[in-house]
Amino acid sequence: MTMARKGKGAGVIELRNAAYGYGQQPLLADMSLQLAPGSFHFLTGPSGAGKTTFLKLCYAELLPTGGNVTLFGKDATTMTRDDIAAARQKIGVVHQDCQFLDHLPVTENIALPLTVTGRDGTDQQANLSELIGWVGLSSRANAKPPELSGGERQRAALARAIIMDPAVILADEPTGNVDWDMSLRLLTLLVELNRLGKTILIATHDLGLIRAAKQQVPARVLRIGGGRLQAAGADL
Amino acid sequence: MSRVLDMLRGDTQADRVVPPTGYSARLTVFTAAAMAFLAVFALALSLAAGRLADRWSDALARSSTIRISAPVAELEAQTWAVLTVLEQTPGVDSARALSDEEQRALLTPWFGPDLPVESLPIPRLIEVIETSEGYDAEGLRQRLSAEAPGAVLDDHTRWRRPLVEAATRLRLLGWVSLALILSATAAMIILAAQSALAANEQVIRVLRLVGALDRYIARAFVRRFTLRALMGATVGAVVATVAVALLPRAADEGAFLTGLGFAGWSWLWPLVVPVLAAIIAYLATRFAALRTLKGLQ
Repeated sequence: MTMARKGKGAGVIELRNAAYGYGQQPLLADMSLQLAPGSFHFLTGPSGAGKTTFLKLCYAELLPTGGNVTLFGKDATTMTRDDIAAARQKIGVVHQDCQFLDHLPVTENIALPLTVTGRDGTDQQANLSELIGWVGLSSRANAKPPELSGGERQRAALARAIIMDPAVILADEPTGNVDWDMSLRLLTLLVELNRLGKTILIATHDLGLIRAAKQQVPARVLRIGGGRLQAAGADL
Repeated sequence: MSRVLDMLRGDTQADRVVPPTGYSARLTVFTAAAMAFLAVFALALSLAAGRLADRWSDALARSSTIRISAPVAELEAQTWAVLTVLEQTPGVDSARALSDEEQRALLTPWFGPDLPVESLPIPRLIEVIETSEGYDAEGLRQRLSAEAPGAVLDDHTRWRRPLVEAATRLRLLGWVSLALILSATAAMIILAAQSALAANEQVIRVLRLVGALDRYIARAFVRRFTLRALMGATVGAVVATVAVALLPRAADEGAFLTGLGFAGWSWLWPLVVPVLAAIIAYLATRFAALRTLKGLQ
C-alpha cells in the first residue's frame, strides 16, 4: 500500500518503493511515504518489524537496496558524505539508546550539533540555556550522561535533536525507557515542536502514547508488518 | 598557511569531542621521539660523510706526491731534475721537496721523535699541487723515467678513489636511513591513528548522527596526532643533538672517526626534524582518518 500523498508539494523526506534487506533476506519492501512539512506521523509495529531500519533509511544511516529515498529533494543513494552530513543538520534524531559522548557533560552533549558545525558562539549559549531549561535539565546540566536517569537521557537527546532548529524530528522509541508521566511529558514537548512547524515521525510500539497524541494533534499512524508499510487500523 | 595556523591554534571545543586515548597518545609521542633521535644521528652521519667525501675529493684530488728512491749520491741531483721537470709541466701549480723535519714528522707516529732521518735511506718526497686543469699524469711519468729513474709519481688516485666512493656511499646510506626512519614513523603513526579511530567508532557514529562532516572528525584526530608527533620529535631531536654535541673530539688525525657531528650552519638541521615529523604525522593521520571514515558505514 502506498502512503505517499500526491498534490501537496514535495515532502522533506520521501520514500518511493524503498526496500532494504540485510544480506539476501529482505526486511522492508515497497515502502512509500512522504513526510510533508509540519506533519506528525507515528510508525508502529511489533518488535523486529523494521521500525528502526525504516528510521535509519529516513536519515541515510542506511541506504535503500531498492527503490529510492530522497532527503530534502536529493536522492540519498547519490548523496556524498558531505551532502548527508548537511541533511542531518536539518534532521533531529532521538535514538532509543540516546547515543551520547559519555566523557562530556550534558550541556556539551546537547550543544554537540552546534560544536561540530562551528555555530557554538555566544548567541547560541543563551539559546542553549533556554533549551536546557525547556526540557527541565537545568539542575543536571553538568552531569555526565551515565549519571542521568532514563527520562533525563531521553529529554537530553530531544534537546540535542532540536538545538539546530531542524525541519524534521525522527524519534525511535523515545519513551521506551521511561514511566508514563515522563512519556506524556516528552510527548507534550514533541507536540509543541510540531505546532512550531516541525515534521515529526515517532517509531513506537506504545499504543497508549499514540492515543494520547491523537487527542492533541492530527497524527497519521502507520504500521509496519510483514515487511510492508500500511495504514493502522481504526482503533488508532 | 592559514590552515596550518588554524590547526596549531586549535579549537578547544572540537578537541574535546574526541576522548583522550592514553595508549595511542603515549605510543605516538614515544615513536616520534625515538625516530627523531635516530633521524638526527642519520643526518649527522650523512652530513659528516658528505664533508669527508668533499674533503677527499677536493683537497686530495689537487695534490700528488713524487717519491725519489736513489743512492744517496744521486738523490740531490734527481730531486733537482724532478723539480725542473715539474716547473716545465703544464697543469702543475707548485712543487716542493719536503724538508727533513717534515719527513721526520710524517714518520714520527711509527718510529718515534728521535729518528735519525739523515742517516737512513729514506726516499725524498716531493709534494705537487695541481692547477684546476690538472696535468697529464702519464706524460709526466714518461718524462720522469727519462730524467730521474728513481722517481715514482703517486697521484693518489689508487687509494683516493675507493675512499671517496666509500664516503659517498656512506652519505647515501645516511640519507636512505633517514628516509626509512621517516617512512617507519609515518607507518607507525598511521597504525596508531587507525587504532584510535577504531577505539572511537561509537564517538564517530554520534558525531555523524549530529551532522559532523568527515573533515571535521578527521581534523580532531589529525591535530591531536600532529601535535603529539611534534612534541615527541622535539624531545627526541633535542636529546640527539645534545648527544652529538657531547661526542668526544680528537685531533685531525682522529677526525675520521670522531667528526660524526654537525659543523657551522648544519647545526640548524636538527631543527628540521620535528617539523618534518609533524608534517609526516599530519599527512599520515589525515590519510588514515579519511580512509577509515570512508570505510565506516
